[in-house]
Amino acid sequence: MSTMNTELRGTSLREDDLRTGRALATEWIPKTVYRFDAGIAIGQFLAGLKAGRLLGRKCHACGRIVIPPRMFCELCFRRNDEWVELKSTGRVNTFSVSFVNTDASRRQTPQVPAVIDIDGTQPSMGILHVLGEVGDTLEAVLRNVQIGTPVEAVWKPAEQREGAITDILYFRPMGGR
Amino acid sequence: MSGEVAIVGAGYTPLRAVSPGQSFREMVFEAAVRAYEDAGITPREIDSVIALGEDYREGTCITDEYVPDQLGAVQKPVQTVTGDGLQALATAWMLLNSGVADIVLLEGHSKASNMLHPAQIEAMALDPVFVRPHAWHPLFLGGLEMRRYLQDTGTTTAQAARVAAKNKRNALRNPLAAYPARVTPEQVLASRPIAEPLTELAVAPPADGAFVFIVANAAGQKRCTGRPVMVDGIGWSSDTCNIHTRDWSRAAYAEQAAARAYRMAGITRPAEEVDFAEVNDAYTYKELQHLEALGLAPRGQGAALADQGLFDPDGRLPVNVSGGCLGCGNLHDVSAFCSLYEVVLQVRGQAGERQLPRAKRGLVCSWRGVPTATGGVAILSGR
Amino acid sequence: MNRVAVLGAGLTRFVRRALETGRELCWEAATAALQDADLTLADIDCVVLGSAPDAFDGVHMKGEYLLDGAGAKGKPYMRIFVGGGTGVFMVPVGWWHVASGAFRTCLVVAEEKMSSTQPHPQAAFNAIYDPFTERPLGVNLLWIFSLEMHRYMKTYGIPLETIAQVAVKNKRNAKDHPASQVAGDFTVDEIVNSEVMTYPVTRLMVSPVTDGAAALVLANEEFARRKGGKHVWVEGVGWNLDTSYWTNRDLAYPQYVENAARMAYKMAGITDPRKEIHVAEPYDPFAYKELHHLEGLLLADKGQAPRRLEEGFWDRDTLTGIPASPSGGLLGVGNPIAAAGLMKAIEIYYQLSGKAGARQIRRSAQRGLAQAWGDLMQVGTVMIMGVER
Repeated sequence: MSTMNTELRGTSLREDDLRTGRALATEWIPKTVYRFDAGIAIGQFLAGLKAGRLLGRKCHACGRIVIPPRMFCELCFRRNDEWVELKSTGRVNTFSVSFVNTDASRRQTPQVPAVIDIDGTQPSMGILHVLGEVGDTLEAVLRNVQIGTPVEAVWKPAEQREGAITDILYFRPMGGR
Repeated sequence: MSGEVAIVGAGYTPLRAVSPGQSFREMVFEAAVRAYEDAGITPREIDSVIALGEDYREGTCITDEYVPDQLGAVQKPVQTVTGDGLQALATAWMLLNSGVADIVLLEGHSKASNMLHPAQIEAMALDPVFVRPHAWHPLFLGGLEMRRYLQDTGTTTAQAARVAAKNKRNALRNPLAAYPARVTPEQVLASRPIAEPLTELAVAPPADGAFVFIVANAAGQKRCTGRPVMVDGIGWSSDTCNIHTRDWSRAAYAEQAAARAYRMAGITRPAEEVDFAEVNDAYTYKELQHLEALGLAPRGQGAALADQGLFDPDGRLPVNVSGGCLGCGNLHDVSAFCSLYEVVLQVRGQAGERQLPRAKRGLVCSWRGVPTATGGVAILSGR
Repeated sequence: MNRVAVLGAGLTRFVRRALETGRELCWEAATAALQDADLTLADIDCVVLGSAPDAFDGVHMKGEYLLDGAGAKGKPYMRIFVGGGTGVFMVPVGWWHVASGAFRTCLVVAEEKMSSTQPHPQAAFNAIYDPFTERPLGVNLLWIFSLEMHRYMKTYGIPLETIAQVAVKNKRNAKDHPASQVAGDFTVDEIVNSEVMTYPVTRLMVSPVTDGAAALVLANEEFARRKGGKHVWVEGVGWNLDTSYWTNRDLAYPQYVENAARMAYKMAGITDPRKEIHVAEPYDPFAYKELHHLEGLLLADKGQAPRRLEEGFWDRDTLTGIPASPSGGLLGVGNPIAAAGLMKAIEIYYQLSGKAGARQIRRSAQRGLAQAWGDLMQVGTVMIMGVER
């Protein structure tokens, strides 16, 4: 062969080829339900969230204080040593302004996911969460938030907390908008 | 193929029906700590990592993401084989003979208990156009193949049931096992029908657990202090997943994998040259079918030889002295590691009250389960 | 250790929605590769397959389902899965099957049939996130890209317009690729002003959802020499996986890509990649990723790949630079994940053997690399090919 074969195979269908039955398909709606074992580290973390506390773990060998917590230091490869209660404040490490829902459909008002470096972690490290009270247009959000903005957690009222990451409703810029 | 490869460390967590006390990370960490200890090394010495994982069993899209931390393998060459333990071992063999690694770590775990509708998940492995629309429980394939095997070989359901009785009883002496029990073949036959002629006790129940192995070539072995168990031969093969065109009269994948493994190990008379075997028994008849495919029993004679006690723990060729899947639990792809672990212990003389007097050379035969026709064979021996 | 040569390659068209099943796509690519190599399936000793999440095809253990189409019946076969890194990684996987001495030849196949997932394949990705600490937040795949992109832009002061130029370049390059799905002439404005998905990511900066397959035939030196001709050899392989705790990492720089590249460079005996790599196919699922990766590959200083882009250093017709994504990449040809990665590796094979037709780069090239990336922004996979020198 002197050059790449330009007669490539593969037949393109249009969306309505399936709808009109010109091309046939079978459907299957999967029932994939899992109940994940939280284990020790995440179990404690979730219990902490229910109590309105953000918990990390400290490794005495390297001195790191990590969140999300794990029972072992993955760098030292040893069981780490103590629970550390962290403040639920931090700085925006990076953020996005999302107009796409979890099912890929379009949103009118944006969601603002962010990696938030939590105060007290060592070295500074982040968790994924969302920002709130930052505006509901792209322009407004970009005005109200920058990488480096200090933020604080807004918690659900105690009676509504379930022991989930959503016990924190969102993080908002400190000192209000 | 040439090139010395040995298992120099092995770790595990005990297999159990449920494991709520540990996340999968914590479970794997425990197995890894044991393996490193056994090999006498730290994660620093690991050149490459191979993990097992199928997304739908883990409940995670791209399960490879969650491999490195609990193995101490952050920023190392890590990959995931969506296959069984012997395919991971084969990959290790190839890496160790390609100049890219001297010491390789293998990991596999099962959190089967976390799948609330396991049959729904296994049903997703069925062909979406030709098979799935029937909406049958995927175990129908086990019943279908068993019916054919019984007919072809003249094996009776009672003879097949004795495999469950043997293996669950063997598991009583294995502290790792999840389902040790004294059951009679009659109990097996009388248990709830699943997919006729398969009954509930003829099907290995799922279990949670983890295994980690450390494998090294000649150069790598010098840095480890664990007792080496040599991989003399390894083969793997896949027959079609298509149930319409498959030859149901044989476990072709096992024949092909065995041919390769025997050739590599220089084995010409397997029934005489292999001392014991750990052979996939996800269903009772599979143990017999596999033994025949491996040439450890003449075709159609598996049950007859079993009846004579050949495969009992005190027989000439003990099979599944660990308890197999029926006694230890079915870990799907990771069951191959459970079998491998037993062989390592036996060859080293570390199998406690299960220790076989003659355990110089052991064989592992694995199968990925329905609807696949994929499996592997490995031959291991002491130095 | 045996030397490993590339004997042939094949691709299907990359389309949004293919009539062909996943098996049929594998078959088309595999037979095209065998034909290109002037071999039959009987010459193939083993098969390896790459395909990204099972959720796309909607088949659990899809490696088993696809094997018939990949020619693997009755052969030693396995599927390896490292997320988006898979496509390029299949070359190392095939490589060690042969380099270890286990087999003489290996057929490498990569396939993706994403169109099966309804209502949209993107939703299948929600399960990449941690089920406790992340999924309940209402996650979307695009978040990780936009979070990383924003951090990269801010750290080095890179304007959106510069990043958009990657999409312009690759979509234009892809006009000459017969498999391509989303090729065309676009302006920077059109890219920047296309619909905001997750700021700073806009629609035209994202590679599309695609069905497609690709395949490659590898052989050991003895087998290759018998076939005659001047061959392209696999000279370096590398791969590396970072921690799953991605929010703890520095997103501005892909350290794991650097680690993978160093592993491959060391194997290939390369000490000065900017001189010794003549053509590159860095993974470009999003426009900024190509730049991010070129830096991780040590082909540009940290934060400097955008400047080089503006200088024309990565252009296909450059005589003094390193052409990047001459194929048109994922942004131009399409993104059937694993098949797209293998397509980029195949492009290096075509470029080095002078078979790239209208896409042939102008400068001379004896060595090139392809790189892919995936998981939770964690894995770097690299392969280096070279011609006889």
